[in-house]
Amino acid sequence: MAIDLKKATFWGYKRENGRIGVRNHVIILPVDDLSNAACEAVAHNIKGVMAIPHPYGRLQFGADLDLHFKTLIGTGSNPNVAAVVVIGIEDGWAKKIADGIAATGKPVSYFGIEMHGDHDTIMRASKVAKEYVQWASELRREERPLKDLWVSTKCGESDTTSGCGANPTVGNAFDKLYPHKVTMVFGETTELTGGEHLVAARCVNDDVRKKFQFMFDRYQAIIDKHKTSDLSDSQPTKGNIAGGLTTIEEKALGNIQKIGKKCMVDGVLDKAEEPTGPGLWFMDSSSAAAEMVTLCAASGYTVHFFPTGQGNVVGNPILPVIKICANPRTVRTMSEHIDVDVSGLLRKEMTPDQAGDALLECMFRTANGRLTAAEALGQRQFVLTRLYESA
Amino acid sequence: MIHFVVHDEGDGVGVVVVEGIKTGQTLVGWIMDQDKEIKVEAKNDIPIGHKVSLRDYKPGDTVIKYGVDIGKEIAPISVGAHAHVHNIKTKRW
Repeated sequence: MAIDLKKATFWGYKRENGRIGVRNHVIILPVDDLSNAACEAVAHNIKGVMAIPHPYGRLQFGADLDLHFKTLIGTGSNPNVAAVVVIGIEDGWAKKIADGIAATGKPVSYFGIEMHGDHDTIMRASKVAKEYVQWASELRREERPLKDLWVSTKCGESDTTSGCGANPTVGNAFDKLYPHKVTMVFGETTELTGGEHLVAARCVNDDVRKKFQFMFDRYQAIIDKHKTSDLSDSQPTKGNIAGGLTTIEEKALGNIQKIGKKCMVDGVLDKAEEPTGPGLWFMDSSSAAAEMVTLCAASGYTVHFFPTGQGNVVGNPILPVIKICANPRTVRTMSEHIDVDVSGLLRKEMTPDQAGDALLECMFRTANGRLTAAEALGQRQFVLTRLYESA
Repeated sequence: MIHFVVHDEGDGVGVVVVEGIKTGQTLVGWIMDQDKEIKVEAKNDIPIGHKVSLRDYKPGDTVIKYGVDIGKEIAPISVGAHAHVHNIKTKRW
């Protein structure tokens, strides 16, 4: 039965800045690789908090460093996060990230390891983390209108069934959400190659079209600069090719099905940039699953649609990732990873409208608190995008 | 039973959506945009997700899927043959 989206609501956590989250995480966020062990120790001490380790944060500079800060601040600021403990090897950058997160009004504290060592840092950070998680555990969900939901999409381990089943299902759902002022995003800049003219044609005006084309051309220049082949082992990936995809153009045309038939592209975002209003945004991004999903979380998105063909298992620490699949073999062999089975589309047993509604129903259940397959399986890939070498 | 799907009736390839397609098998295809049915005889074993050619192609020809250019032929293909990386290449990069 179709959901009446005009009246649809979900139950979320209202944050200090008015944004609505669908999860209530307390995270222990390292500034750099050196602080991972301390963060993980805090998460071991204090039950119900989550460390988000990553390998970067040292000797980065310029735009690459800016993106590092933007991604960590954005992750902490995401409304799916109730409170944050930041730990860095030294105070300065830890404070910078904590200050950025504090702008949302949510509780955040920072600790530097130098002059203290791991033991003292872990003890001090654990005391704060315990206060935060007990405070967060008393927060309650409230009923909110659909427009308060921010929905991102990115596909992975695509095959040809993605283009005829799972991706058009996301497109159908996006077409239905768009008139209700939901804030949405897609990206994967190189994975539009061969269909970029179709995205350009959907841009709402010339200004947006110009920005989109700039981002697209900028990424093509990176490929041209570094390529040693036609990328036929990288993009499409080995998994894509095993699944029947042959060229980047074919993969791109399947990818673009995710933006449906009616949505317009209302604006363009740089990596990890927060959108300024509702509608469909294009975000310049890598097409690698965890990198893109991490950027979506850093931009403030709260629920993610992830169509797959061959069975990408990716998740994210703070952003619930809903998996949609139309490949009957994948649905059979990897069933524990799939949230929405739309393989009936390819047997004509399901219409595109029914598939889109099934995804929307799963979206509301997920927003209301049901764990996705990726969450239940502990898939928490947190992958920071790097722009170039460290100094 | 549907063995393969085609996005648009102008497309030169279809996508096999069932497992175990064998050489010589008559395949039933569903053209989604126009909701029509077509039949083609498989000239190769074709795995699920892989493409069956709906045209005779010669090297240099453009392959159309979704009504759009998805690359060029690099080896001859006949109707019913397996169309993949051994006979189609990107025109980009």
